[in-house]
Amino acid sequence: MSLILLIEQVLNGLQFGVMLFLMSAGLTLIFGVMGLINLAHGSLYMIGAFAAAAVAGATGSFVLALAASLGAAAAAGAIIEVTVIRRLYDRDHLDQVLATFALILIFSEGTRWAFGSFPLFLDIPDYLSGPTTLPGGIQYPLYRLAIIVVGLAVAAGLFALIAWTRIGIQIRAGESDREMIGALGVNISRLYTLVFALGAGLAGLAGALIGAIQSVQVGMGEPVLILAFVVIVIGGIGSVKGALIGALLVGLTDTLGRFLLPVVFGAFMEPSAATSIGSALASMAIYILMASVLIARPRGLFGAA
Amino acid sequence: MTEALLEVREISKSFGAVLACADVSLDLRIGEIHALIGPNGAGKSTLIRQIAGNLKPDAGSIHLAGRDVTGWDTASRSRAGLCRTFQISSLAMEMTVLQNVVLGALGRRGDVFRFFHDPLKDTGLVEAGMHALERVGLRHVARDRTADLSHGQRRQLEVAVALTLSPKVFLMDEPMAGLGMEGSRTMTAVLDGLRAEAPILLVEHDMDAVFALADRISVLVYGEIIATGTGAEIRADPLVRSAYLGEEATV
Amino acid sequence: MRRETWVGIILVLGLLAVPLWALAVDEPYTITLATRVVILALAGVGLNVALGLGGLVSLGHAVFFGLGGYAMGILASHAQSYTPLAEWPILIEGSKSMPVIWLVACAVSGLVALAIGALSLRTSGVYFIMITLAFGQMFYFFSISWPAYGGEDGLSIYVRNEFPGLNTLDPIQFFGVCYVILCLALLLVSKLSRSSFGLALVAARQNAERVQAVGIEPYRLRLVAFVISGVITGLAGALFADLNRFVSPSMFTWQTSGEIMIFVILGGVGRVMGPVAGAIMFILLEHFLGGLSEYWHIYLGALLLGVVLFARGGLIGVLAGREVAHD
Ligand SMILES: Nc1ncnc2c1ncn2[C@@H]1O[C@H](COP(=O)(O)OP(=O)(O)OP(=O)(O)O)[C@@H](O)[C@H]1O
Ligand SMILES: [Mg+2]
Repeated sequence: MSLILLIEQVLNGLQFGVMLFLMSAGLTLIFGVMGLINLAHGSLYMIGAFAAAAVAGATGSFVLALAASLGAAAAAGAIIEVTVIRRLYDRDHLDQVLATFALILIFSEGTRWAFGSFPLFLDIPDYLSGPTTLPGGIQYPLYRLAIIVVGLAVAAGLFALIAWTRIGIQIRAGESDREMIGALGVNISRLYTLVFALGAGLAGLAGALIGAIQSVQVGMGEPVLILAFVVIVIGGIGSVKGALIGALLVGLTDTLGRFLLPVVFGAFMEPSAATSIGSALASMAIYILMASVLIARPRGLFGAA
Repeated sequence: MTEALLEVREISKSFGAVLACADVSLDLRIGEIHALIGPNGAGKSTLIRQIAGNLKPDAGSIHLAGRDVTGWDTASRSRAGLCRTFQISSLAMEMTVLQNVVLGALGRRGDVFRFFHDPLKDTGLVEAGMHALERVGLRHVARDRTADLSHGQRRQLEVAVALTLSPKVFLMDEPMAGLGMEGSRTMTAVLDGLRAEAPILLVEHDMDAVFALADRISVLVYGEIIATGTGAEIRADPLVRSAYLGEEATV
Repeated sequence: MRRETWVGIILVLGLLAVPLWALAVDEPYTITLATRVVILALAGVGLNVALGLGGLVSLGHAVFFGLGGYAMGILASHAQSYTPLAEWPILIEGSKSMPVIWLVACAVSGLVALAIGALSLRTSGVYFIMITLAFGQMFYFFSISWPAYGGEDGLSIYVRNEFPGLNTLDPIQFFGVCYVILCLALLLVSKLSRSSFGLALVAARQNAERVQAVGIEPYRLRLVAFVISGVITGLAGALFADLNRFVSPSMFTWQTSGEIMIFVILGGVGRVMGPVAGAIMFILLEHFLGGLSEYWHIYLGALLLGVVLFARGGLIGVLAGREVAHD
């Protein structure tokens, strides 16, 4: 096993983690500010991917496709916030789970109805395709590197937004004291719509970025949604910093687990058994990670005590 | 000196910069009502919560009948005979009044893990519950939904549930709040009779009730006990007059 | 008698009458449909113990449904191929006997529920929802990547398992078996909800602090409720696998958890008969809407949204009126 291969896997883990962060940031913000658990976040990811695929198909421009993914998901987010989600803020979590589960059914079937059951493909643009050479002579796909860069840039932008802008101040105030910001004259319902749309837009962007690596199809959002839940549970629900750390942890654990566990078992087992046991365990690794974090800290790494 | 059933030794608790409880020591002796008074925000409820086990003190220890219970959780303390009522009623609101007291009787008996036994058909449990309701004057609403009770009735139900537990020690956080004249008088009589069964640590703002009932009074101001003594001693205490009664007297 | 009791009796009798009618007019497909309703209702009855009585919003009950299914699949496939399940440390043979399979399904689900519950119940609220969901995924991915029992493709069992004295291949006889189990489970849960344990559990849902103050530890109540809940749902999983003579990782998916929850909610959460009403409604919707449009999940979603936003008592709530504190 070579070091180069390992570094490549670490980069893959980073890329996966960064993408998970785009998903989790919205989820955790929405929970932190509005106290809402949103299962339909995966649908927004899917909407982003479909919008990107449709626009790329029509115009051939990848940049326009990404813009469309952000815009379409944010718009869809704003629409469901105003029509449905808003009624759920003062409901219990069970109602929130059910109503947003219902939204998943509606979005998934609606998309299937509009686009059919066959996967769409979103092509990586020429200027980002192919491998690039990293310092040390490592060959790595340029597009995946671009995802890491874009993801980290968005993360930095989000932290800056929260730390320095007016909206950021309102978001932080909203997390600690809802009545207070109302009393200060902030238009709460507009703030909520904005936060929801922001989270939705990030999820849509993630969907489009990943759509170019995998295929764009109905149901693509839910597996990612659940991973994002794992991320924010590990990081501490409501904490954006926790989401970043959690996302990178999950991304690396999953990728490296799949790569290393079969090798580890291969050291003392026959190859086929090692592969099956190793990969079965690897598929559970992040859940084991989550359970261990929770045993030590029931509210996650950065959750309020 | 009579034996102390409950002993609080030098406990402290702060919330960030707020020192809600500073080196507080007090005890509760067999047969007495020990009132704890003090202005709003003095730290009375915080003290009760620490004694009952809902809140961990930063320092100090709590002893019940000679045993150190500082590390125990609420349920274990309750089973050991330490029972509290809440300042803000804390009841199973969707259940009937009777179900709430039967729950208390069930907790007292300690056999909740019975899957085919209907507690509302168990005469022992129902009688214990009804008896407690009778004592606080709630028998007539036994079948009502708790959420439909008036504010004062909920306070009475809090006390009734405590009665079903027949504890060694009562901790009562403002049982008279919101009761009205008539209710206060009944409750005062109930508490008066109760001290023979188990001593009461009574947090109360109703000064008439406090001076009528208390064998001893402790005054808590900004988390610190500034005086302990009989009613007469407390009335005469200059520190208390300036720090606490002074404000009251001007009203 | 209360109106809710009447609604319950009518539902249970109706559920029996439909397959008997189908038998008379020789419509075996309807019998199978009714069997599906009964089994799904049983899964819902299980979830309802945790969700309705205990207030534990578990999005991971597919774990138990799937474990029950795989208990049946694994035992039966070994019996089918005459290979032992394990030779070391003791010899374990497969089995084609339903009672044995049920026992194993219940035991396995119960043990796993104990482990998952012990961990998950340390948390509460959203954390609990997400953790149960994540445990569900863990089992799902394990079932996919573990090749010994079919992996992604699942396991087929060629002949339905046996029950002493019955011909389980006859749809109506298998229906009878499932129906009796459902009735027993309903009886058990209705007893449970009126028992000392039920009183304390419901009280802990409404106000955990109160329950602690009378000396009862909510954690232990909830853990026991979670285990009972898992056992019943596990049993339903074993029956479901027997109905289809097939198990696959799809039983472990979180959509399965979501659907079981939908029965409970559509029917009316916390009502003993809620899951039965919900399962009937779900299968009817699937049957009729599914016939109307390929995209019937849109309507299901809209209906669910309507129930959550505007009719919180569910179907039983509409039929039997608002919930009253029982005495
Ligand atoms: N959980 C908490 N977090 C932060 N501060 C708290 C908390 N609980 C109490 N406090 C603070 O501790 C102080 C004491 O509060 P406490 O409720 O014990 O007062 P009290 O004497 O019972 O008042 P009252 O007569 O109004 O019931 C107050 O300043 C209160 O704001
Ligand atoms: Mg107080």
